[in-house]
Parts: sequence; structure tokens; C-alpha cells
Amino acid sequence: MSRTKAFLFGQTAEHQPPEEYTYPLLPPPQSTQAASASPSSTSACAAPSSCGCQPPKPTAVDTPYKALLKADLQEAEPADGISRREMLQHLLIGVAATAAVASGCSENLEKGSLNWEEYFKKNYRVMTAQERTDTVQRLERLAQMRNEKKPSIQTKNAIPGVLYGYAFNISKCKGYMDCVEACIKENNLDRKSGMQYIRMFEIEKGKFNVNLDHADGTYHHEVPAAGHVYMGTQCFQCENPPCVAVCPVGATWKEDDGIVVIDYDWCIGCRYCQSACPYWARRFNWHEPVVPNTEVNPIQHYLGNRKRKKGVMEKCTFCIQRSRDGKLPACAEACPTGARVFGNLLDPNSEIRYVLANKKVFRLKEDLGTEPKFWYFMD
Amino acid sequence: MTPLQDRTLFRFFRDVLRHSVTGSLRYHLWMGSLTFLMALGTYAYLIQLNKGLGVTGMSDYVSWGLYISNFTFLVGIAAASVMLVLPAYILHDVDFSKAVLIGEGLAVTALLMCLAFVTVDMGGPHRLWHMIPKIGYFNWPQSMLTWDVIVLNGYLALNLLIPFYILFSHYRGRSPKKALYVPFIMFSVFWAVSIHLATAFLYAGLPSRPYWNNALLGPRFLASAFAGGPALMILILHFIKQNTDFPIAEETIRKLALIVTVAAQINLVMLGSELFKEFYAPTHHSQSATYLFFGLKGHKPLVPIIWTAILLNVFATLLFTFHRTRNNKPILLVSCTLLFAAIYLEKGMGLVVPGFIPSPLGEIVDYFPTWIEIAVTIGIWALGFFVFTLLVKAAIAIEKEYETHHRSEPH
Ligand code: SF4
Repeated sequence: MSRTKAFLFGQTAEHQPPEEYTYPLLPPPQSTQAASASPSSTSACAAPSSCGCQPPKPTAVDTPYKALLKADLQEAEPADGISRREMLQHLLIGVAATAAVASGCSENLEKGSLNWEEYFKKNYRVMTAQERTDTVQRLERLAQMRNEKKPSIQTKNAIPGVLYGYAFNISKCKGYMDCVEACIKENNLDRKSGMQYIRMFEIEKGKFNVNLDHADGTYHHEVPAAGHVYMGTQCFQCENPPCVAVCPVGATWKEDDGIVVIDYDWCIGCRYCQSACPYWARRFNWHEPVVPNTEVNPIQHYLGNRKRKKGVMEKCTFCIQRSRDGKLPACAEACPTGARVFGNLLDPNSEIRYVLANKKVFRLKEDLGTEPKFWYFMD
Repeated sequence: MTPLQDRTLFRFFRDVLRHSVTGSLRYHLWMGSLTFLMALGTYAYLIQLNKGLGVTGMSDYVSWGLYISNFTFLVGIAAASVMLVLPAYILHDVDFSKAVLIGEGLAVTALLMCLAFVTVDMGGPHRLWHMIPKIGYFNWPQSMLTWDVIVLNGYLALNLLIPFYILFSHYRGRSPKKALYVPFIMFSVFWAVSIHLATAFLYAGLPSRPYWNNALLGPRFLASAFAGGPALMILILHFIKQNTDFPIAEETIRKLALIVTVAAQINLVMLGSELFKEFYAPTHHSQSATYLFFGLKGHKPLVPIIWTAILLNVFATLLFTFHRTRNNKPILLVSCTLLFAAIYLEKGMGLVVPGFIPSPLGEIVDYFPTWIEIAVTIGIWALGFFVFTLLVKAAIAIEKEYETHHRSEPH
């Protein structure tokens, strides 16, 4: 099979629809999970070198954030029930409202006050459930006021007992880039700058090395080219992510299901995380991103594909808005060759666990100790 | 002149303001041109705010450029003021007692410029409040950037407080109490070292960038700072000596030149050590250095810059090393200028940009600053000159008055 990179040339892809993958993304029933995960932590993850994954913690659906950030929550909500921030916020909303009333326009009044509340909202990690609902409502309303397609923004938490992992079959990939195209559409990536989370590299057979020294990330011809292999990169969702440690404002963190996310409204755009990433996985909005209204994917997650603005960082989240719904990430679903394997590392029956146990897998730059949850293998 | 007994804090600031708006025609022309350059920088910055950082030459490949280069260099200038503070207050070297105020003024200026450069580099400067502890989310101690924020602001506070106390005391015709300010000075000496080390650790703490992930980076930062900073100081002191009757001892300049000499020599030793490590047995990790010094796969925009820097550096260090050339004033001024330029080039563009090239996935994308970046940079340098002129002018006026009225021993 030989095809051009259809989406790059503006044609429609004409390949057979992807098979229906049925990897179990949801955790196995509690009993088996406890049986399989508790004996030893090495059995929870069959990576060749320990990936540092923890056996699932028996926490209730709603509590992981609180457990994680107890200290922050306590700080943010003092005993008297109103924090300094809230006082400041109310004061400023008052000022804004007065100004807007003076201008005598109720639409502007609403917009102004919504924007003020948005400006003074907290880091998503320390928001209460109510605050999360409120900001989602504000964001949806603001989108409506801008005459954009109304988004539905989820705030679904990590599912207990799930740790996502990805494997990439170098022998199968043909470099079609259907994954890249699907990712752009699914995640509302900036069309103007041509942002891509996934990079595809073409490497001459015999010149393959893990440093990608002879890899061409800009190939633009009919694929597969004879004598070449293809290899995709994206965010590897490290268990030990250097980008998270360096962020001065804690705008980026690792969720309980192992996905590294960014709070786009909290990021100050210093780009320190971009320097810290050894896999070139982070993308910055150098301009105001543009997604034509008709192409907006309205099914969104607060930490995933919702609207970004200029001056903030973004990255692949294993399509958090899909994966937490039990679906495959768009790239894995779009791949026509079956080169992409995604699943729950904590589920011993998942395909990803099969690959890790039975194939000779490797990861990029293992020497850095970042423990990526993204493996490469060849048949 | 306000009579001594009426000299309150308010009058102090009023008099300082008065000093800054009065002056010769030459002074007004100088401040006028600086204001023009600042306006130009502001204009460029407004474009950047409006359109986004995409108007700069930076990209996802080279995500820090001219701004962060200047920031890194200026942290060194700020730290170098310790080379005046240490002899003046702690070793009680009377030759430094006057120059030290100028040194502290330079530190304050350099720090303000640092903060300005970091702010213009931000994608969301209006969200900087997210960094305020408690109100925002201050990721301390994990993020080296938070350490840098603490040490830079702390150092700024120290360098505002100490000279302010001394000048205000002198303004009121009193001699400042040692017990009150010497502890802070001790503190500021350690603090000076920490600001430059913390800035070096910002880079050295990134294993993703082998060019920076290097134990020598911190010490080398210090050596180059203690060479470049005092070199600039010599030029400034010389200028003040020529143009005012502020008593700068010739001995101060001689001693500073000696400090520069030692630091520049140590810096060259470290440079040699670095070059040896990168090129004797080059590994995959030497690619950034190769890009910088020789070019990589036909990309060689930084090659002329770094070789100019190295030649200037070696030449200036030689001029410093020989007594004949170091003790000859015109030659000393030339070698100070050359060394300052060399360190600016090497530590600015030569340190930050090649760290990003090749990218972690092996791609080579060059970086060239745009006119907007250059205009903003010039604007911030003009701001620095502006602030420094104001500070020094006021300090000299107060000190001179104190000297004429109280011919006592220097604080
Ligand atoms: S760019 Fe944003 S996410 Fe990255 S380190 Fe800076 S504030 Fe954090």
C-alpha cells in the first residue's frame, strides 16, 4: 500500500476505517486488581527496566487531588471561609461591574465580570469541585459570547487503577501521518502555525539509532519510501517528568493516571518546561492560535483540548478527553497499520502489557531516568 | 538646600528628584536620548504584547533568545558588585569607601534590567501574580526558577536598603551606625554569590540539554562575572572621575584591575577545560559546542560571534596580565572594554542559544533575533543607563555635601 500524505496535500484520506479496537481501558474489577497488583510492584509493570509505576492506590474517585494537595487546599481555604484571594477578587469584580454599568451595556457587563472571575481563578489543582464547575460554565458562556461553537468541557478525574501507557511498532508504521492529522483535529491544534504534537521521522534502514541522528522529520514525499523505517514521537508522559519539576508556578503536573497536563490559564509562558523536556514534546503558542469555527472539536477536557490562548504552553495528553472516557487516543484510533498500542499498564490483560512482556521494547534516552511510558518495539 | 533639622524621608526623595531634573545641557541631552530609546523599546514591546512572542526570532526549537541571554549576563554584573562591597566594608579598605556606593547602584540597576528582561520574555506577564506565594502557587523548592526569583529579589532589596540607609544618614548629616548595616553587608556578600549560582543552576539542572548540564557552569559564571563586572566598574569610575569632582581614589581602579586580572585568568583556565572536554573526545553531547565553535551540518551563525569573543577575551586577559599594560591607563580602559564585550557575547548568545541546538530530537534550527527583540533589548539597556545615571547623580550630590560639611572619617 502506498499513499501520499493526504492531509498535507488537502485531499481526503481513502483508507479502510480503523478496526474496532477493544482494549480494556477501564480497570479490571476490584478483586482481580488487588490480586494482580498488590503482591509486588514489579508485577504491576512488566517493562524491561522498572518504570516506577505504583500499584493502584485504593482511593475513592473524588479524593486523589485532595490527598495530593492537602496542604494547598488548607492554605487556599482558611478557617474563616474566605481567602485573601477571594476578597481581592470580589473587590475587583465590584470595580469592574461598576465600570461596566457606567458604560450601560449588559452584555459587556457580563463579559467583563466573567473575564475578571476567570482572571482571578485558582490553579485547577487546588480548585474545589464547585469552582471547577463554575469556571467551566464561564468558559462555555464566554465561547458562546464570542459566537464560537459551544464547547462541552469535562473535568473528569483520573480513573483509579489506571495508568496509561503507549507502545509504537516501528516495523508496522508506514509514515502515513494519519495519526498527526487526527491529532490536529481532535485536539484543536493551531492551524495557523501548523502545530503538531506528533512528530514523524523517516530513517534510512541501517542508519537507525536512538539519537535520531539520521532521522528526517520534514520528509514530504510518497510513503512508504523504499528502504526506510518510520518512527513517531509525542509526549511520552514520563513517570518522572522534568518539565513538571521546573515549572515555577505549578501550572503543569502529572495526574494519577500518569498523564502530564497543563493548566492553560495558570501557565505564565516562561518556557522553562520546554527547555527541560528531553523529548521535544512541548509546544508554545507564539501567536494567538486559530481553529476555524467549523473545525472545532466541541468535546473537550479542561486539561486537554480546550481553547488555548497566545503565550501559553500545551502538549499531548494522550487525548485525556477520550482516554478517560474509555476511548483510544485519536492517533491510536486513526493509525491504519496497527502500529500504535495504547492501554492500561495496570491491567495484566491489556495489549500494552502483552507487548511489554513479549516484545523487545526500548525507550528513548533511558539514561536520563525520566521513565517515559512510551515504548518502541519491532516485530 | 533643606536645613539639616528639616530633612525627613519625604524631603530626601524630593531632593533626590530635584537632583535628577537639574543638570547641564549635556546631562539633559543624555537623558533625552535614553528616553527616546526607551520609548522605542516600549513601542516594540507593545507590538510583541499584542501579537505574541512569535514576533521574536524564538521558536519551539530555540525557545529562549536575546532576552534570556541578556538576563544571564546581567545577573553576573549584579553579582560583581560584591567585589567592591567586600573590600570596602569587610576588609575596611578606605580606597573603596566611595566607589562602593557606585557599585551598589550598578547592582540595583543590573537587577532591575534582569527583572525587565525576564518580564518581556514571559508569554503571560499579566499572570505573573501566579508566582506570589499563598495567593498563587509558588513551586518552591522544586523549581530552580523560584530560587532565582527569591535570590534576585532579595539581593535587590539588600542593595536598595544598604545604600539607602547610608545615604539617608549622610543626607541628615549623621554618620550611619555600623551595627545596623554591617550584618546586612555580610549577608549581601553571600547573597551575591548565590544569585549567580542559582542562575547557573537554572541551566545546569537540565539533563535534557547536555551543553548546560555541566558542573563547571556555576563556577565559570562566577569567574566571568567577577571579570566582566569590575571591568565595567573601572570604566564607570573612570568616567565619574573625569567628569565630576567625586573623590574616586586611583588606588581603587588599580585594585579593581587586579581583581579583573585574576578572575579573567581563572575564566580562561575554565574555558580551556571546557573546550578540552568537548573536543578531545567528542560525544553525542558535544554537538552544541560543535555548533557554536565550528558549525553543524552547514549551520554556523554563531561561529563568528564566539571566535570574536574568544579572541577579545584572550587578548584582553593578556593586556591585564602584564603590569606594563595594566598600569597604563588608556590601555587599561581599552582592555576593560574588550573584556566586557567578550564576556557579553560569550555568556549571552554563546551560552543560551547553542544549548537548544540541536533540539532534543536532533533537529538543527538557527536563531536570529528580530528587530523587535533588538529594539526591546536596547530599550531595557537605555532604562538601565537612565536609572543608573539617576542613582549615581543623587548619591554623588548627597555624598559631596556630606563631605564638605562633615570632614570626619568616612563612615
Ligand atoms: S511555560 Fe507554563 S507550564 Fe511551562 S514552566 Fe513556564 S509556566 Fe510552567
